[in-house]
Amino acid sequence: MSLLTLRQVGKRFDNGTEALSGLSFSVDQGDFVSLLGPSGCGKSTALRLIAGLIAPDYGDVVWQTERPETGFVFQEPTLMPWADALTNARLPLDLKHVPRGEGNDRAAAALARMGLSGFESAYPRELSGGMKMRVSIARALASKPKLLLMDEPFAALDEITRAGLNDDLLALAREDGITVIFVTHSVMESAYLSSRVLVMSPRPGRITAEIALTPGPHDRLSQEFAQAQARVAAALLEAA
Amino acid sequence: MKKGFDFLFPALLGLALLGLWEWIVAARQIPVYVLPAPSAIAAAFADNFTSLMLSLLATLQVTVIAFIAALTAGVAMAILFSQSRLAERTLYPYAVILQVTPVVAIAPLILIWVGFDRVETALVLIAALVAFFPILSNTTLGLKSADFNLLELMRLYGASRWQILWRLQLPTAIPYLLGALKIAGGLALIGAVVAEFVAGSGTATGLAWRIIEAGNRLQIATMFAALMLLAVLGVTIFAALSALEYFLLRHWHESVLKPGR
Repeated sequence: MSLLTLRQVGKRFDNGTEALSGLSFSVDQGDFVSLLGPSGCGKSTALRLIAGLIAPDYGDVVWQTERPETGFVFQEPTLMPWADALTNARLPLDLKHVPRGEGNDRAAAALARMGLSGFESAYPRELSGGMKMRVSIARALASKPKLLLMDEPFAALDEITRAGLNDDLLALAREDGITVIFVTHSVMESAYLSSRVLVMSPRPGRITAEIALTPGPHDRLSQEFAQAQARVAAALLEAA
Repeated sequence: MKKGFDFLFPALLGLALLGLWEWIVAARQIPVYVLPAPSAIAAAFADNFTSLMLSLLATLQVTVIAFIAALTAGVAMAILFSQSRLAERTLYPYAVILQVTPVVAIAPLILIWVGFDRVETALVLIAALVAFFPILSNTTLGLKSADFNLLELMRLYGASRWQILWRLQLPTAIPYLLGALKIAGGLALIGAVVAEFVAGSGTATGLAWRIIEAGNRLQIATMFAALMLLAVLGVTIFAALSALEYFLLRHWHESVLKPGR
């Protein structure tokens, strides 16, 4: 059985817009699944439904047992500006009343994994966009998640920073056996990261294509990767 | 260097104006009971030093106690509003009514109710009333301004209401509160002075009373000396609260950080 299954999920916003209609897909343990689609196709809504932040109007979100420990990363770093990097990364642990000493150790370890050793006491304002995003991912890692939900996390970053973070994310997910659901509107990014790409059509959002890929990382200049991108791009064009 | 000029030019202007004042009073032989020269004010200040300082302390005490009371009540009520829409809708109109009614008009009532035997309490109450509203209104706005994504993130991690208040809403509200405090500090002083004016009779001992008393006796130079002390007190309160703001926000808030960092 899959870790998570969405069955014919529908969601309508308060203003009457139908965000999702008959959305069905499942995610297996250890999958790296991308939700790919144009802006406004309900990708973020689907992610928030999975996180349990909103409830579907109809249909079910079914878990294998219960929702595992979940981390969430937004498009913006979404850090507390009044707190240093260590305190930001420690937030999930503080909320769960993990003792301060242990919390500090785990948050520092998460920062170190994101290449931020030595920046524990830096405030967000002192960090670059890429470093802030690394703190945001470290915060998600600090709670040792089994499931990571990411909502266009690298969309605001430059290409080189983005490529570096893509590789780091793949390595982390593999090492820790984290299942990742990754929302993006980038064909290249979804092809690079995913073991499966789910293409979504807009208004109301539903899955129009599913593409299985060789899991990353890839040689970005290889013929194989170019072909994978072409397959994803074709499916996206067909959906539009 | 720039800081030096920030201080130097206002100081030079002040000295020039004082000199001009002294010269006009001497040249036109303006009587001391109409406009005393700065030198006469300085002499009056020296002559009445002890009593003026005691009055300054009395006014300062009323102002500080009123300020702390307004801060406590304003923040407590703002927290209540942030936790309960019902409480906000029910109480906010009355807070507004209190705010828009001129304090001079309410002051005599408060003096009667609290009683002239406890005039200090009445003074504090009146001053606190004036300082209360900006704290309530700004803190309420600040508590509501929390980053929506951070709020959702905390909910995802199972944060309680109390944790969201303490770790997200209150820190978000701090810059708003500090902005309000700079206004409220001045208002508390104004409230204390107005209250003393209304209380009038010999029960009051603050600077405002010193001004009334000196006015009645046509000791205009002493009046000016008391007025000057009030201005110094007001500026000191503002400077202290600005320093507090800088200290609390120095690491993170846009208002304190230099651009280009």
